Amino acid sequence: MALLEIVGLRKVFGQVVANDHVNLTIQSGETHAILGENGAGKSTLIKMISGLYKPDAGTILFDGTLRNFSNPREAIVAGIGVVHQHFMLIPALTVAENVVLGIHGGWGRYDRKRAEEQVRKLSEEVGLPLDPSRKVEDLPVGMQQRVEIVKALYRQAKLLVLDEPTAVLTPQETEDLFEVVHHLNQEGIPVIFISHKLDEVRAVAHKITVMRAGKTVFESPVGSASAEQLAYWMVGRDVVLQTRRDAVQSGATVLSVNDLTVFDDRHTKKVDNMSFAVKEGEIFGLAGVDGNGQTELVEAITGLRKLAHGSVHLQGKDISHSSVAKRIEQGIGYIPQDRQRDGLVLPFSIADNLQLREVSTAPFSKRGWLQKRAAKKHAQKLVEEFDIRPRDVDLPVGDLSGGNQQKVILAREMARHPMLLVAVQPTRGLDVGAIEGIHKHLLALRSEGRSILLVSLELDEILTLSDRIGVMHAGHLVAVYNNGEVSREELGLAMTGEITAKEAGA
Amino acid sequence: MKKLFKSLSLPLYAVITGLVLGAIIMAIAKYNPWSAYGSLFAGAFGNPIAIGNTLAGAIPLMLTALGIAVAFRTGLFNIGAEGQYWVGAMAAVFIGYNFASMPWYFHIPLALIAAMVAGGLWGGVIPGLAKAWVGAHEVITTMMMSYIAILLAHYMVEKGPMMQQGFVPQSPPITASATLPTILTNSNLSAGLYIALAAVVVVQILLFYTSFGYKLRAVGHNGFAARYGGLPVALYTVLSLGISGVLAGLAGGVQFLGVDYQLTDTFQSGYGYTAIVVALLARNNPFGIVLASIFFSALSSGSQMMQITSGVSANMTDVITGIIIFFVAADRLYAYILRTLRKKQVVAVARKEVQS
Amino acid sequence: MNFFLQVFGNPELYASTLAMATPLALAALGGTFSERTGVVNIAMEGIMLVGAFFGVVIAVLTHSSLLGLLGGMVAGVITSLALAWPAIRLQSDQVIIGMAINVFAGGLTAFLLNTVYGYNGTPTNTPFLPTITIPGLAEIPFIGQIFGQQNLLVYVMLILVVVSHYVLFHTNIGLQMRAVGEHPEASATVGVSVVNIRYLGVSIGGMLSGMAGVYLSLGLLNGFDVNMTNGRGYIALAAMIFGKWTPFGSLASSLLFGFAIALSISLQGYQVSANLVGMLPYVLTIVALTGIIGRSRAPLADGIPYEPSK
Repeated sequence: MALLEIVGLRKVFGQVVANDHVNLTIQSGETHAILGENGAGKSTLIKMISGLYKPDAGTILFDGTLRNFSNPREAIVAGIGVVHQHFMLIPALTVAENVVLGIHGGWGRYDRKRAEEQVRKLSEEVGLPLDPSRKVEDLPVGMQQRVEIVKALYRQAKLLVLDEPTAVLTPQETEDLFEVVHHLNQEGIPVIFISHKLDEVRAVAHKITVMRAGKTVFESPVGSASAEQLAYWMVGRDVVLQTRRDAVQSGATVLSVNDLTVFDDRHTKKVDNMSFAVKEGEIFGLAGVDGNGQTELVEAITGLRKLAHGSVHLQGKDISHSSVAKRIEQGIGYIPQDRQRDGLVLPFSIADNLQLREVSTAPFSKRGWLQKRAAKKHAQKLVEEFDIRPRDVDLPVGDLSGGNQQKVILAREMARHPMLLVAVQPTRGLDVGAIEGIHKHLLALRSEGRSILLVSLELDEILTLSDRIGVMHAGHLVAVYNNGEVSREELGLAMTGEITAKEAGA
Repeated sequence: MKKLFKSLSLPLYAVITGLVLGAIIMAIAKYNPWSAYGSLFAGAFGNPIAIGNTLAGAIPLMLTALGIAVAFRTGLFNIGAEGQYWVGAMAAVFIGYNFASMPWYFHIPLALIAAMVAGGLWGGVIPGLAKAWVGAHEVITTMMMSYIAILLAHYMVEKGPMMQQGFVPQSPPITASATLPTILTNSNLSAGLYIALAAVVVVQILLFYTSFGYKLRAVGHNGFAARYGGLPVALYTVLSLGISGVLAGLAGGVQFLGVDYQLTDTFQSGYGYTAIVVALLARNNPFGIVLASIFFSALSSGSQMMQITSGVSANMTDVITGIIIFFVAADRLYAYILRTLRKKQVVAVARKEVQS
Repeated sequence: MNFFLQVFGNPELYASTLAMATPLALAALGGTFSERTGVVNIAMEGIMLVGAFFGVVIAVLTHSSLLGLLGGMVAGVITSLALAWPAIRLQSDQVIIGMAINVFAGGLTAFLLNTVYGYNGTPTNTPFLPTITIPGLAEIPFIGQIFGQQNLLVYVMLILVVVSHYVLFHTNIGLQMRAVGEHPEASATVGVSVVNIRYLGVSIGGMLSGMAGVYLSLGLLNGFDVNMTNGRGYIALAAMIFGKWTPFGSLASSLLFGFAIALSISLQGYQVSANLVGMLPYVLTIVALTGIIGRSRAPLADGIPYEPSK
């Protein structure tokens, strides 16, 4: 009998149908992967299974009983353990405190010693050894994930849900995680493994369900579906890995990064003695698993983060210690990863957002006075050119859809024809149509002879757009390839840090 | 137009709720709310002198609230404007009783500039830098600085350097050359009114017509995006709290050059706190601040008349003020009530359908 | 030298420190509970006033200071719910709601004082909280003069500090409180009720602030007077921050601040300005926040409304 059986699940947020006709069956002892692009509705499904959202229609049958969880506690009590993509851990508390939190309420004594002993024992039993007295904030990410898994098992989970568990892991930690998943299956505990990475899913799962646009569209045992087939179902059309049409122009160097070392906020070295250059008319794609120093590198180039060592030159000028404003002036454009947090002032109008990075200069202001008419004219032009909808430039950006918000950022950065555009995950969370539009604009900028540093977690995007591809791992640039001279497999291998810089001949 | 109506409706609801609940409390205490409000209104607006005094009371509120609104617009909560008001007052009075030989057109500006600089430094430098450098919360630091300012003011006139000769703990009065002229005889209304109204226009222009104001607002809405936009967020934090303090300091200066003339040993104006309410009610809109200042000044200036004629304690106006702040802050309450009512309606309709 | 001995060698100074620290410590403890669960509480000033007033009212009505104490605490809890409900249910700005409560409480207690007792103030025959003499301890020279004979609530406060520490750090509910104040979403996913825990934290805060108010009107001073808290709620807030949101820290900083107050009182008649000494708590708080002597870090979710997903 199936442990979990989901039929016809549906969830609507306002106008948006997040999940519809979702069906899923999980057998005991198996690992079942749910595969889908960002925004395919995987997270919504998980939140309904774990009691955070209430379904608008459909049924969840778990462990032989029809379930209608009204809060996470009920799901936990029923035996569903979820490890969310963003860990639900409390950094200031210890491992043991995090694990036992919520099990006992009331004014009774919290027996620290006993809790720590229990957690130590359990974690060793399942092969995830942990020091229960350490504070979670002092643990590396891989360890924190262990805490999450142990937390679920401590609550006697009969089913474990892992939401994008490898996004933050190093390859070694990913291997360890797969071990743990197999171990759990042997104990009879099934695992739902959510991912958008084909190769991982094929490595760990017994069965695969593909989600697209909020629906489950395909299900199969792992052996009987090819990668192409899965990709087809994920994207909804044949995926052609476009090769680049024209040859690399060998222009002058625009960006050069030399021996760069950068630390993150917690004083961990994230970029380690890295050097590379981006040339005129070139898209340099930077691939790598999330958290390998890409964020810190980009922040050091754009001026948001201090560099500890080394230098950054733009068109031969040393900008290592220039302010953000100075770098904007010298021709750096930047599409940040988190557009709502970093790229936009949501209550400001479209017109106001389009001048965010140049408000002090003509034509947007003269002698300190805002030139509202000029700003409006500029905005109206860009709204047409980049097809930002609706066309009302006085509308607050917060009222636009994600795709149109991204277009506002893109329009702002492109309109200045920057010498160097740093684009981080420029198509994250967008639909296919919007993605193609943004790709077209990036390629157009390249044709003008401008340079682009493209940072993306999606190999497909890197392969579609880049002239050269660099791979980052653990703060190092481990390999640089010309596009067309490298296979996906080779790239994947480099991303795990298996290839050293010398072998790749960078 | 619709937007304007929407932004006006919440403060209006809050004021009405405050007055109604105030009336209920009075009724419970066996007072006649109609006659209480009647005498309150008469006390505030009953004759030209009363109107003059109400307007006079609105001046320091207006200036201080403008400062608080600038900070709010930058996402900062200057809760210590009261202290900045007092350092402004101290500076203005100090300049005011010295330099007796100076002509008024030097003396008054000098005293006011001193007040602004003092308020700006007090509000901007320590809380601003602490926030910008180590993230110390400005609510706490401005509040603490405010208490320090008030103790400093006490010290100044209790055997401190600003105490006048003799045994009474107060400062010497300012000279005639530093005094702002009264513009309505027999009332407290001084030429400070023009200064306050000018400040309203200046702040409006500063916030919405200059790139500096754009930057202040951008920092307030989203510090991350502002940083990404190349704006030095730390600097704008200091500047915003500084401007806030400048305006609160100016309020203290104007009040003492125009109405009080010398420091006495009671340092409880309450303007710094009421001004927060004014800014909240006006939703940080400079012109709204003019109206809200007059409203709260009227509550205060009419309360004495209310106490005398209808016996209701003048503190009743604080009760009403508290309720108004509460309902402005609990802005979701109205939506919450509407939602609950609608739910009940739906349930009632459903019941009817089931029954039939 | 003689001057120092006169001032600092006098046990009265330290006894008075303890007496002055008590309302600060009680309210700071209350604030600690509130803020540990994630609700910023600047309403302590107002809650203390309400507690002080109703403490007197109930004590006069029942002729019992203990029932007055109980009444003040209940009034404190009710007032704190005016903070808790909009903060928790309506995601309102907690600082502004706190301010509203302070203004409202100041006005209401003054209005009621006038309405209920007229202009003569609270009755002179109000029963006050007893001063307790601890036999044995009181006879020890110096130490006994400090600790041996104090108001009932001084001892209660010392006990409550220990109890609060135990509750926060050694019970399940305390663990849940600390978790909710740091990361409400994470707490909710393991089934902790953020709403209930926050109500509990704020109510305990209200109860203790109410008690602090009663101590003022029925212990330290004689009866209720308009705005009698005189900023003590804000000093208690400072003490809580300076004490790093812990019970023992709150006690220690309350004692330090209480010492500053006691000192400024005992310095009256000397050449040193009491006003300058009185600045000490505020200066120290700013210093604590700027991290010059060890950083004081607020609970991560302190003051941030929690909005459960639908």
